[in-house]
Amino acid sequence: MVIFRSISFDRRGVMAAMLASAALVGCSESPGGSGETVTAATIEGAVEKPNLTLGFIKLTDMAPLAIAKEKGFFAEEGLNVTLEPQANWKVLLDGVIGGQLDGAHMLAGQPIAATIGYGTKADLIAPLSLDLNGNAITLSNRVWEMIEPELPKMADGRPQHPISAEYLQPVVEEFEAQGKPFNMGMVFPVSTHNYELRYWLAAGGLNPGYYSDGDVQGVISADVKLSVTPPPQMPATLEAGTIEGYCVGEPWNQAAVFKGIGVPVITDDQIWNDNPEKVFGLREDFAEQYPATTAAMLRAIIRAQQWLDEDGGANRQEAVEILSRPNYVGADAEVIAASMTGVFTFEPGDTREAEGFNIFFDKYAGYPYYSDAIWYLTQMRRWGQIADDQTDQWYFDTAKAVYRPDLYLAAANGLVEEGVIPAESVPETDGFRGPQTGFIDGITYDGSKPNAYLGEFPIGLKQGQSVTASGVSDN
Amino acid sequence: MATAFVEPSDAAKEPDTGAEAAATTSDMAAPKTQVVGEGERPSADGPSALHIRMKAVGEALLWPFVGIVGFLALWAVLAPQVDTSLGSLPGPAEVVEAGAALYSEYSAAMDAENAFYEQQDANNAAAIAAGNQAGVRNFDYAGPPTFLDQIFTSLQTVALGFLLATIFAVPIGLFAGLSTRFNSAINPLVQIMKPVSPLAWLPIVTMVISAMITSSDPLLPKAFVISALVVMLCSLWPTLINTAIGTSSIDKDLLNVGKVLRLGWFDKLTKLVLPASLPYIFTGMRLSLGVGWMVLIAAEMLAQNPGLGKFVWDEFQNGSSQSLARIMFAVIVIGLIGFMLDRIMMALQSLVSKNRTV
Repeated sequence: MVIFRSISFDRRGVMAAMLASAALVGCSESPGGSGETVTAATIEGAVEKPNLTLGFIKLTDMAPLAIAKEKGFFAEEGLNVTLEPQANWKVLLDGVIGGQLDGAHMLAGQPIAATIGYGTKADLIAPLSLDLNGNAITLSNRVWEMIEPELPKMADGRPQHPISAEYLQPVVEEFEAQGKPFNMGMVFPVSTHNYELRYWLAAGGLNPGYYSDGDVQGVISADVKLSVTPPPQMPATLEAGTIEGYCVGEPWNQAAVFKGIGVPVITDDQIWNDNPEKVFGLREDFAEQYPATTAAMLRAIIRAQQWLDEDGGANRQEAVEILSRPNYVGADAEVIAASMTGVFTFEPGDTREAEGFNIFFDKYAGYPYYSDAIWYLTQMRRWGQIADDQTDQWYFDTAKAVYRPDLYLAAANGLVEEGVIPAESVPETDGFRGPQTGFIDGITYDGSKPNAYLGEFPIGLKQGQSVTASGVSDN
Repeated sequence: MATAFVEPSDAAKEPDTGAEAAATTSDMAAPKTQVVGEGERPSADGPSALHIRMKAVGEALLWPFVGIVGFLALWAVLAPQVDTSLGSLPGPAEVVEAGAALYSEYSAAMDAENAFYEQQDANNAAAIAAGNQAGVRNFDYAGPPTFLDQIFTSLQTVALGFLLATIFAVPIGLFAGLSTRFNSAINPLVQIMKPVSPLAWLPIVTMVISAMITSSDPLLPKAFVISALVVMLCSLWPTLINTAIGTSSIDKDLLNVGKVLRLGWFDKLTKLVLPASLPYIFTGMRLSLGVGWMVLIAAEMLAQNPGLGKFVWDEFQNGSSQSLARIMFAVIVIGLIGFMLDRIMMALQSLVSKNRTV
């Protein structure tokens, strides 16, 4: 039984204590998928730190934060929250680590990478997942024109989905023959987008390159060279011809459609059906010092997530209006609406149903599954960001240190008791989703067997392999 | 006088800039004085005097007017032809509209803020009435900063940076002007530091400040301190160099008189050196403020300090159809504020120069 207790006094001198239960943090021996249900942390007391500043990047999946503020959910929890847009993911991460931000809309990879010390080392946690899906890959008009004639068509003449990256191979070869690199953009080295773009390319037989200890560019042995661009600058960078395509969240794929500078070819939902996206990240010591504040924030965000998915998306139009304000996402409402209201526009005139493109609450979207964290860890290992082999147990322990369903449950169970959210919207689980199918390459992901999973990829590091400047070597 | 604080050409250039600026000023002011002068002399002639006066005023206003109208016309004609991915470049009319929209956003934000406080007061009153003291909240309104808030933050940041720069630069400059050895010692450092861009300082300042301010609720927000320090680092050089030149070029006779009078170190500084070099110091400060204001926008963009720089960056990131017009409006406001700051410094400068000649 591991118990950790943290006592803190707020201005009113209210004592709050937090006990984490046995199945959780620090249990080095618990195996993955043990079948032992994760239980909620016990949280008592009043909010310790009512004035909070939360950071976000101008993407539609920050919606739960904007809605929690604008619909008064934060205020009802006794919180006075300022939402601050950040210039890029690095600035946002430094803000959370440095304490200027109390929490933020984060890439799932960020708290994981910070905890294992890839990039800036800091103990961050993710007690809540903000959404499922929400990204897409866009190609420049030039490249789209080159691949479009080759694509298999449906009866009505529109291209059949999902579009595999193998149609990109001849284009990459042509670029190579002309001595030009084929460049694509993603938003951060440990971003979901990086792993999704890599997954899609590798599934189509294109090597997106490896990272090594000394090389953080990740272009060793690359067919397609990936580089970092902040999300809002993606369309401008594509237009400037620096990159030929990118993987980014909304509204920046729809922006390419509206500006006529590129064509989205595939959504991340088509790469991995219902994949976990952004998380709400904060410092571990913040959650320990201010347990009731953390729970109050989570409750407000969960209510906002529910609001966003309520009545089959009835509130989405209002959400679009709120997000289009200059202090939130700020893009034109019609651009945001093009992906937030159950449809997704690929080319002008090719708008398709995409019910699951942004899921905030349904399908247990908010629950931070350990297996989701482990998937990100496997991809970090697959591409060399984790330089050495790790045991399965290491994957489980790391995931459990970062993803904190106990804190999620403490907040969500409170809402269930108050009758705000239905009991069936909170899963009873050991924190592992079970084997996941629905990947574009047909490989099944089982979070309880990370090393076995890594062995299945034709492109990617296997056990015993490492990366040097000249390429992959077997030890 | 012969202290080699700066390259000879450079040394000649710095005061020149001041002189040049002063010349421009008198140019600008010339028509006005002329107006008054001519208007007063023939005042006995009655209507014709008024006529002449009107004509002079007209003349003085005509050409700036022509310049501005010409620019606006060119802008209005050319802008729609530049096609960007955010639509065509906004013309003057769209920019004015953007300004109006920013103003109405400001009023709306004020209303929301008042509503927030009213609601809070009402809630507190209800909580007290119900005997629930713990329910009383005194939150500050946490709405997004308005355009006016951003201007205000920018002015505060540049003021702090400029103040720090002056506090550092003037004493060092004075000392460098008085001591040839000290001057030679710091000269290479100054020459190397002077051309460094704010963007290069920023990561260093950010890391140092982040390490130094560890309190979770610091007196001044980190981003604010970071931008102010970057402004200081970039804007302190003109003041330093000009102070050194001013101090080193004091009339030797004055210093000799000081020796005869057996003035102490402190008296020498306050009675001789400072008054003699004040015009130089103010010329330097004016240049520093100009540099500081320019640097500030870049620093705010990167440090994410709320302010005009962040406003521009956020709008760029928004990429909505209104973004370009709003950015252009901000550019005009930045220009006008820079112009205003320069005028204030110029007024101070001429005041100081006048005192000296008297």
